[in-house]
Amino acid sequence: MSLRSMISKVSMGALILAAANTLAPVAQAAAPESNDPIKIALFDWTSVNLNAKILGGILEKLGYTVEYPTADYLSSLTTGLTNGDLDVGMEFWDTTAGEAMKASDATGQTERLGKLGPKAKEEWWFPEYMKEKCPGLPNWEALKDPKCAEAFSTAETAPKGRYLGGPVTWEGFDDERVEALKLPFTVIHAGTDAAMFAELDSAYQRKAPIMLWVYSPHWAPAKYKGEWVEFPEYTPECYGDPKWGTNPDAKYDCGKPHGEIWKYSWAGMKDKWPIAYKVAKAYTVDTDELNKMSGEIDLGGKTPEDVAAAWIAAHEADWKAWAQ
Amino acid sequence: MTVTASASESRPPVQRWLAIWALALAAVLVVFLLRDSMSWAVNYPTEAVIPVADWVSALMRWIKSNFSWLTRSITAVLGVPLDFALNLLAKNFKIGHGADMFVLPRLSWVGVCAAAYLAGRAAGGWKLGALVGGCFLYIALFGQWTSAMLTLALISIAVPFCIVTGLFVGIWAWRKPWAERLIVSPALDLMQTIPTFAYLIPMLLLFGNSPVSAMIATAIFATPPMVRATMLGLSRVPSEIDDFSEMAGCTARQKLWKVLLPSARPTLMVGVNQVIMLALNMVIIASMIGAGGLGYDVLLALRALKVGEAMEAGLAIVALAIALDRLSQAIAHKQAKGSAHQEARRSFWRRYPNLTLAIAILAITTLLSLFVPAFAALPKAMTLTTAPLWKAAVNWITLNFFDMIEAFRVALILNVLNPVRAFCEGFPWLGTVFLLGLAGYQLSGLRLAALVAALTAFCAVTGLWEKTMATVYLCGISAFIACLIGIPVGLMASRSDRFEKIVTPIIDTLQVLPSFCFIIPVVMLFRVGDVTAMIATVAFAVVPAIRYTNLGIRQVPPALIEAAKVSGCTKRQTFFRVQLPLALPEIMLGVNQTILMALAMIIICAMVGTRDLGQEVFIALSKADSGRGIVAGLAIAFIGIVADRLFNAWTAKARARLG
Repeated sequence: MSLRSMISKVSMGALILAAANTLAPVAQAAAPESNDPIKIALFDWTSVNLNAKILGGILEKLGYTVEYPTADYLSSLTTGLTNGDLDVGMEFWDTTAGEAMKASDATGQTERLGKLGPKAKEEWWFPEYMKEKCPGLPNWEALKDPKCAEAFSTAETAPKGRYLGGPVTWEGFDDERVEALKLPFTVIHAGTDAAMFAELDSAYQRKAPIMLWVYSPHWAPAKYKGEWVEFPEYTPECYGDPKWGTNPDAKYDCGKPHGEIWKYSWAGMKDKWPIAYKVAKAYTVDTDELNKMSGEIDLGGKTPEDVAAAWIAAHEADWKAWAQ
Repeated sequence: MTVTASASESRPPVQRWLAIWALALAAVLVVFLLRDSMSWAVNYPTEAVIPVADWVSALMRWIKSNFSWLTRSITAVLGVPLDFALNLLAKNFKIGHGADMFVLPRLSWVGVCAAAYLAGRAAGGWKLGALVGGCFLYIALFGQWTSAMLTLALISIAVPFCIVTGLFVGIWAWRKPWAERLIVSPALDLMQTIPTFAYLIPMLLLFGNSPVSAMIATAIFATPPMVRATMLGLSRVPSEIDDFSEMAGCTARQKLWKVLLPSARPTLMVGVNQVIMLALNMVIIASMIGAGGLGYDVLLALRALKVGEAMEAGLAIVALAIALDRLSQAIAHKQAKGSAHQEARRSFWRRYPNLTLAIAILAITTLLSLFVPAFAALPKAMTLTTAPLWKAAVNWITLNFFDMIEAFRVALILNVLNPVRAFCEGFPWLGTVFLLGLAGYQLSGLRLAALVAALTAFCAVTGLWEKTMATVYLCGISAFIACLIGIPVGLMASRSDRFEKIVTPIIDTLQVLPSFCFIIPVVMLFRVGDVTAMIATVAFAVVPAIRYTNLGIRQVPPALIEAAKVSGCTKRQTFFRVQLPLALPEIMLGVNQTILMALAMIIICAMVGTRDLGQEVFIALSKADSGRGIVAGLAIAFIGIVADRLFNAWTAKARARLG
């Protein structure tokens, strides 16, 4: 340890000089302010890890030390990010982490760093070939037709249709939605989204009926041809006030909310690494570009590191401006 | 006359118990029929739920705010060796920061493979060497090296930690019987039955999101077998050895360290072996709180539905497990045979030629890796992959057999699973507490009755009754099917060496291959829901049923079989009248273990959409609610403990009857 700290003390001076030479635009910023590693959380899906590797790559170019601990998505908001075990989390979706983010904001130990850029969309989704069996789709009223519902049924739900919802921990309100819109469907909860998409893959190969919860940005809507059901547009009143919408006695008689994707940081990051904090706060990525890059990783077999390096090289002017 | 007299004397108790059970069942039936007017006895009233979860959460908050300094310093201390191991095996040493960072390379994969071969050769000849070296080479060739070394580093620090802790706790418990009874035994039971997911949140809060938390979680789960092995080993040392050391004038300390522990070595090594295997079982869960490694690869691949990649990462875990298992077993075996004292004066490299050679190779290859990149990491062009094959196989089955499978699944759900589930969930909680208590009283006495009734009541008064019964239903049915498959397979394996040779590697793989790897392909064929959960559970829980049955039959003393043959038994008679009854206690132990294994799978099953205690733990995890998670975890543990105690009491009775 002592050797390490000694070297780091010596290197600090040298580094500032080096930064002045090699990274001219950033020179006055004098990054890094601290040599402690900045910990950017990895979760278990592609786009968040890609974003983590991009931000991490930028910070490394600015002279920071970066680590990538693996963490659990929802609980990290009220555990790791509150005490600096994790410094940055790149994607928290309004659609699935709304309550967890509220709980995290309430602690006062985390900071919402702003929007990532892409909009989260989640809704009931069906493969294109199902339109033949239920021609009224994507309008949701078509689902009320018993024949249409039966086309989506399996032996144990017949004559009702089968809808494969997300894990119970996601804030989906699908049981309530089916009730409120009087849809002849049974909601089955998948325990994880891996299980959900495994069913989709299996059904798609067999051209078998399936109706499930799909979200974007994700590789699934890029890989499988299909459409989202068009429910009445979501408004906050719909979830809060029974009188709103087609069913005057029930809430949730509309579609799922579209939402933002938020970046979060540990509250102490601002003071410990001001420049890195500025970059993390300014970081955004384009929706189409993110989808394309996720596809390159999940379907094209590239590593997240390579794709991230390509993005960093292509957007050098952008991130240099963020560090100003 | 005397015979009939004694028979009629022994009959009344049996008849009395029959009558008592009939009455008890009738009473429960009455409660069930009156469920409308006595609903408090069927479903536990929500207003009477005791908020244990809130208490636990409050306690956790208090511990966190008052003891963080302590837990964080533990993290810092344990982090030092762990970081060293991680850097040495996987990450490279980075000295300095930023642009003038200086990197010392990690151990070269070539060197590690060679060292593995040498270790195997030293412990068990060139055959073992080839196996162990081959396993490491396999990991390298399939491109899993870095992840596998992260996992190995975690284990190589966690396992010695578990062994030392386990040894000392075991010695303490062996010396002080009151400590064993009051503290150690209950603690071990809870550590082995509470699912790790239940205490992940407290772990994250106290020890942080780091590999150290992962290591502590691993240690909690993997230490108990070492404690048990220590207690068992010490109590089994023949009293002659004990007496002799007294006569030779040993002090208490000398007696323990120089005489008793070395004599108990074979049993201790079994404990070590179990610690390694259990630690490997934890890799997936450890990856969720900052460990990374192979477990994380499996998770990530499955999220992207890369079935093949997940399978490869899973098989790399199996390869690592096989290498470590065989190696530790060989060392145990070698030490059990005892080694003659060597001359102490010879030079280091003469005494340890293999070790010296391994160190030399490691040093040279690692130095070379500074200049030749192929020594640092296997070139991508050389790596192999079978991922497309796995994916193609799953797709082929999906396309060709889905309809058949679907018909089977629907029949199973409608005719078996749903009725059993409805029965379990509608069963009055008061009746369950009463009946289990009665069973405890009949099998052992008042103490067991009180324990069983109290633990069962806990599940009800914390408001988890319905989920508890859903757990009992899924576990019960899975354990039943696992026994139905496992016991016959075990019997066949015990009667044919060739069959045993085929079965052994399969059950070894089933035990260490993370259930995650095959649960997603099973979803593709069986959809989400109870059938998938059941299949995954059966695949995991069938292992002990096969293993213990095989072991039990093979352990029947040959002399007894000889005797049966001499007295004119046919093969069939020998089997059913001699071997099977004598092996019954072992088989029952296997059934007991099967139930516990099925319970351990409950959490994994929550990932395919079950709605039981496992899901409750999962929800608590995502809401970072420590109290809710621990209470649900305790409920799962209590189901296991109740089943275990009742079963043990029953086996003890059966064993006493056999004599």
